[in-house]
Amino acid sequence: MPEKKIYMDHSATTPVREEVVEAMMPYFSSKFGNASSVHSYGQEAGAVLQDCRERVASLLGACPEDIIFTSGGTESDNLAVKGAVFAKKDVPAGHIITSSIEHHAVLRPCEWFEKRGYEVTRLPVDENGLVNLSDVESALRDDTILVSVMLANNEVGMLQPIREIAGIVADTGAVFHTDAVQAVGKVPVDVEDLGVDMLSLSAHKLYGPKGVGVLYRRGGVRIEPLQVGGHHENRLRAGTENVAGIVGLTRAMELACGSMDAEGKRLSSMRDRLESAIMERIKDVRVNGAGARRLPHMLNVSIQGVEGESMLLLLDSKGIAVSTGSACTSGTLEPSHVLIAMGVPPEVAHGSLRVSMGYINAESEIDYVVDSLCEVVQRLRDMSPTYRSS
Amino acid sequence: MDTKKQQNDLPQKAVVAMSGGVDSSVAAMLLAENGVDVTGVTFRLPFYGERGEVKGRCCGVSGIEDARRVCRRLGIKHYVLDYREIFERTVFENFCSEYRKGRTPNPCIRCNDLLKFGVLAETAMAMGVSTVASGHYVQRLFNGRDWVYELHKGLEGVDQSYFLFSLSQEQLSRAFFPLGAMTKEQVRKIAKSAGLNTHDKPKSQDLCFLPDGGYGRLLKKRYPKLCTIGEIRHVSGRKLGRHDGAVSYTIGQRKRLGIAWKEPLYVVGIDASENVVVAGEKRYLQKSSLMAGELNWISGAPEIGEPIRCVVKIRFRHHGTWATVRRAAGGKARVDFDEPQTAPAPGQAAVFYSGRRVIGGGFIESSDTFSG
Repeated sequence: MPEKKIYMDHSATTPVREEVVEAMMPYFSSKFGNASSVHSYGQEAGAVLQDCRERVASLLGACPEDIIFTSGGTESDNLAVKGAVFAKKDVPAGHIITSSIEHHAVLRPCEWFEKRGYEVTRLPVDENGLVNLSDVESALRDDTILVSVMLANNEVGMLQPIREIAGIVADTGAVFHTDAVQAVGKVPVDVEDLGVDMLSLSAHKLYGPKGVGVLYRRGGVRIEPLQVGGHHENRLRAGTENVAGIVGLTRAMELACGSMDAEGKRLSSMRDRLESAIMERIKDVRVNGAGARRLPHMLNVSIQGVEGESMLLLLDSKGIAVSTGSACTSGTLEPSHVLIAMGVPPEVAHGSLRVSMGYINAESEIDYVVDSLCEVVQRLRDMSPTYRSS
Repeated sequence: MDTKKQQNDLPQKAVVAMSGGVDSSVAAMLLAENGVDVTGVTFRLPFYGERGEVKGRCCGVSGIEDARRVCRRLGIKHYVLDYREIFERTVFENFCSEYRKGRTPNPCIRCNDLLKFGVLAETAMAMGVSTVASGHYVQRLFNGRDWVYELHKGLEGVDQSYFLFSLSQEQLSRAFFPLGAMTKEQVRKIAKSAGLNTHDKPKSQDLCFLPDGGYGRLLKKRYPKLCTIGEIRHVSGRKLGRHDGAVSYTIGQRKRLGIAWKEPLYVVGIDASENVVVAGEKRYLQKSSLMAGELNWISGAPEIGEPIRCVVKIRFRHHGTWATVRRAAGGKARVDFDEPQTAPAPGQAAVFYSGRRVIGGGFIESSDTFSG
C-alpha cells in the first residue's frame, strides 16, 4: 500500500472539520430535542434552529424566513425546479430554461417535466463552458416558468454570469434558480447581489456533514412542497429537522466563508502551479474552461491518449484520489455531458481528470501529484495502440 | 507434494478480472480470504445490437454493478476499465475479419489473450501488481524440472483450458487461477454460503458482446458488400440454389439451406472470396487431417516434423480425439486424426492435450477429407 495519501477530490465531498464535529456533538445526545416539541427540550432545539437559520441567512445576504433546510443539494434542486413548476397550477404545461452543463439534480427534474409535455430549452455553452446572455434572452417566452443555471460547474468549475442572467429574467414572469452547491464557501455568494429567486447549497461540499443542505427561496416566490406532513420549514419541507446536521452546516459555512479570501488565494496559486506544471511536462493536454472565471480550487484537464478510469486507477495506487470527467459507474457510461457541451471531442473528453483541492492539501503535495501524473500518463500512452505523440 | 509440478504460492497482490458472475466473484473471494491484496477490475465492453449498432446500455452494465457489489462485500477495491475502443479494434475487428474470410472465429480466446492477460496485465503491472487472476476453471502449474509453466485442465465438465491455449509463458507466469481444482457446485456453494448474490451469466460459448445471439445481421449491416446473394453449390459443382451472404454460414450447419436433396445436406465449405457456399452430404464433413496456424506451444515447441501423439479438441464442446500432431514451418502444425472428425471449422482452435496438460494449439486453417 502506498504510504502517501493525497485527497484532491473536494468537489465530490470534503472531510468534516473538527470544529464542525464538535459543534454538532451535543445535538446527538444532550440536546436531542425535537424542535416542534413544546417542552424545554423542544424549545432548546427550536432556538438553535432559529439561530442557525439567522446565521445562514446572514452569510447569504438573505432573510431568515427564506432559508429552507433540506437533506442536501439534490433535494434543494428538486424542490426548486419541481416546486416552482408545480406552483404554476393555472397553466397545464409551460416552458423551462436550463443549461446543458447543469448537475443531474437539475437536468433530471427538467427531463421529468419534458416527458410530461413541458418544453425544456437547454442553453448551449461556449468552449469555456459559459452561457451566452443573448441565448438566455432569446430563449425566454411568455410561458417560461423557470430558468435554472448553475453558479459554478461541478466538473470544470467555470462561473456563470448569474447576476447578468438574473437581470434578464427579472422582468419576466419566470423564476430564476441557481445551483450554488460548488460555489458557496469558495466564492462570494450574496443572493441580493446576484438577484436570484432561489439558490441551492450543500453542507458536505464545504467541510460540513452529508445529508443537509439549504434551498434559499426569496419571500413571495411560490413553490409547492414536494414532501408534505408536519408544518416544518414554513410548510415547504415537512420532516423533523436534522438539528445536528443544520448546526454542522451553519458552522461549516461560517468557517468556509470566513477563510474564503485567504484560502481562495492559497488554493488558486496551488492550482495555477499544478496547471502550469502539467502543461509544461505533458504533451497534448487541454485545460478545460481555461478562458473562464473558475473556482479557485479546481482544475479539469483532458489528456489525449489516455483513458480516464485507467488514469484514476493508477493514481489511486499511488495514493492520489482525484476524479475523472467520465464517471464510468452505471447506466449510460458516457463521457461527461459538460465537456461534450463545451465542444470537447468525446475521445478527448474520455481522458479527463478533475483535481479539486481543499484546506487539507499542502503546496508541497503538488510536486508529487505532478510527478505521479506524468509517470502514469507516460505508461498509459506507451500502452496505447492509438496514441502517437505529435 | 510432487516437487516437479506445484501450484505456485499465493501472490501478494492480484488484480482479478471480474465479470460480476459467480466464478470470478468466488475467485476474488478465495484470494482475498487468504490474505492476498485483491483489486477487482470489470471491463466495460461494447454491446452490439443485431443491426450492428453499439448500444448505450450493455450486458456489461449489470455485470459491472454485480461486480461492484461483490467487491464492496469483500472489502476490496473495484475499478471499471473502459475497454470498448480496444475491444472494437482488436477482438471485434478480428471477429468480423474472420467471418469475412469465411471462417468461424473464437472471440473468447482472443479476448483472454489480448485483454484479460494482455492489456489488463499491463495496467496491473503499472499499478505494481504482477498477477492477474481469473475465474477460469484451469490450473497453472510450475514444472521445476524444465523450469516452465504448464497449463492444465480444470476438473471434468467445467474445464476451460480450450479458451486459454494461446497464453505465453510470460502471460502464464503472471496468471493465477483460484478455481483450478474446483467444481461448479463447490463454487456455487461457496458463493451461496458467503452470501454473494451473483446470478449465473450466460455460458461462455455465448458471446457477451452479442447478447441477442445472431451475428449474421450484424455482419450484413457492417459489411453490406459481403452479404450479397450468391450461389449454393454441391461439392460436385452442381448449382443448388442461392444464399444471401456466404459470411453468415458456418461449417457443419444444416439449417437454412432450404434445398430438397435425396440426403440431408450440410454446409461443408465457404468460399468467401467467390461468395459461394458449398453444400454436401454428411460424409463431406468428415475430415481426417487439418492444418492449424498461429501455433502456441505452451511449455516449449517440438522439433519440426516430430510426431506427437496427443488428444486434440477442435471446438470447445468437442470431447477430444487421438491424433498425431507435427509441427510445421511458419508457426503451423499438421494434425492427423486417428478417426475422421466431423466439421473442423477454420477459425476455431485446435488444442492439443497430453493427459490433463495443454501442449499447445493453433487456429484451424484448413482441413482435408482424404487421409494419406
